Amino acid sequence: MNKIPIFQKRKGITWIIFSYILIIAGAIAMFMPFLWMLSTSLKDINQVFIIPPKWIPEPIHWENYKRVFELLDFARYYLNTILVTTGRMAGMFIACTLAAYAFARLKFPGRDILFFLLLSSLMLPFEVLMVPVFILMKNLRWINTYQVLIIPHALGAFGGAFSVFLLKQFFLTIPKELEEAAIIDGASPFRIFWSVMLPLVKPALAAMAIFVFGSAWNDFTYPLIVTNTDNMKVLALGIAGFKGFREGLTQWPLMMAASAMSILPIVIVFVLAQKYFIEGVKTSGLKG
Amino acid sequence: MREIRLSYKHQQWFWGYLFILPAMLGFFLFMLYPMISGVLISFTKWSGFGAQEWAGTANYIKMFNDKHFIKAVWNTIYYTLGILTIGVPLALILAVFLNQKFLKGRNFFRAIYYLPVISMMVAVSMLWKWLLSTNHGLVNYFIGLIGLPPVNWLLDPRWAMPGLILMSIWKGTGFNMVIFLAGLQGVPRVYYEAADIDGANWWHKFRHVTLPLLSPATFFIIITTMIHSFQIFQQAYIMTEGGPQESTTTIVYYVYKNAFEWFHMGYACAQAVLLLIILILATYLQKELQKKWVFYE
Repeated sequence: MNKIPIFQKRKGITWIIFSYILIIAGAIAMFMPFLWMLSTSLKDINQVFIIPPKWIPEPIHWENYKRVFELLDFARYYLNTILVTTGRMAGMFIACTLAAYAFARLKFPGRDILFFLLLSSLMLPFEVLMVPVFILMKNLRWINTYQVLIIPHALGAFGGAFSVFLLKQFFLTIPKELEEAAIIDGASPFRIFWSVMLPLVKPALAAMAIFVFGSAWNDFTYPLIVTNTDNMKVLALGIAGFKGFREGLTQWPLMMAASAMSILPIVIVFVLAQKYFIEGVKTSGLKG
Repeated sequence: MREIRLSYKHQQWFWGYLFILPAMLGFFLFMLYPMISGVLISFTKWSGFGAQEWAGTANYIKMFNDKHFIKAVWNTIYYTLGILTIGVPLALILAVFLNQKFLKGRNFFRAIYYLPVISMMVAVSMLWKWLLSTNHGLVNYFIGLIGLPPVNWLLDPRWAMPGLILMSIWKGTGFNMVIFLAGLQGVPRVYYEAADIDGANWWHKFRHVTLPLLSPATFFIIITTMIHSFQIFQQAYIMTEGGPQESTTTIVYYVYKNAFEWFHMGYACAQAVLLLIILILATYLQKELQKKWVFYE
């Protein structure tokens, strides 16, 4: 039988109701903007300015979503974002897991100092580097290319060090015996990494994959600096393009439709894999 | 047996270097090299094209006499303080209430609070620009319902930054709340039971049990929130473009404008270097103060 802690008995009904009201009010405040976004995205321009606001538009203007694709090259932005996100994820998966494994389980000269260097890059946000990175990419003639959007992040620059750190912690928890048995069997470090170690850190990989997906999908400042043509735009830049439309105030429904479509994929992933999102944050918070 | 181990040791060198190669390459090429070149550029006068002109410390001296830059620094501090004094306590309160045993649907609420965190910053900046619209925004509509006059949010120099702070608190509270929740779940129940036996009320329990035991999480949140807030850029870029009257021009936004609108690359780099120094100091402060302030069980 479960023992009920003493202090719980004292929670009066008023306190319980108060707690629920507070939590629910907060949740409404958090969620209402999203509903308003959806509602606005389905209105036409006259419905938008009706006061008091109407939550369910009448009639519903589904065609706003289609118009976004006509007005902007939205399909291209989507495609670019998918390409960039998958490219970065694939690259980071290789670069970060390999590095994390090496730093955690292999011994080689200079290991600790190299790890310290890599880790210190966590203090170096892209915002601080935007000018020299722009200059570098310009000199490489990489401006407005896919490689500029994919390769640096795929090699773990601008945030990858965090994944290396996280995975290293996981690799460190694996008992030595597993490794030793494989060494005696004559397995190479790569084999041990691939067939023994990697399967054991699957939960960490899932958390990392989701984290990387989110940061790549939502990335704005970096693409803003290294691309400037319309056909290289990612979604975040694409919706920012609405800033340029200044035909009075007429664009709110389309802006909201575009925003909703950019948020949707990540919300779907979140709903499906909430556990890993939260785990990732917890580990970052408590070990960091 | 011994032979195998010896050869494995040397194998480790080879594989070790090979394994870290991609990540180190990324670090050296795209982070360390730009950082060094950024510091060098900060000592020049350069438009980004053509010849660089050595400027010594001129950019750094200019920075301290540039009232626009000083304004940007104050704006950034204002923003950071807003987040720290309102956003962080809010996250703590929500976490404490959400952590109560009797509460049903904790995961559901946590998911709702976390939704803004995962959403694209640019998209929700657009959304908040609309929510904060003076005449037709939802926020002013609710303000009107309680009988207050509408606020000219993003068009009034006094209200634009509070508008950005409001939006950023909405966006970031879920993140801090999840970390606080994880910290709270690590607080052993026996402490509360002991406090109950001593007849402590909820405030005593919060003040003398929860807060001290939560200090590692709190400390982590304060420092990361501070570091993060100092880099604020996207909200200002999308919602206000630094205005009105520079009231939302933050450090990074000013760096961006100097570099990519006015082509003062050297000056922009000097500002970025200063920002980097602030961030490194904050991290160092974290390491040092943590030893003193943080209470470990």
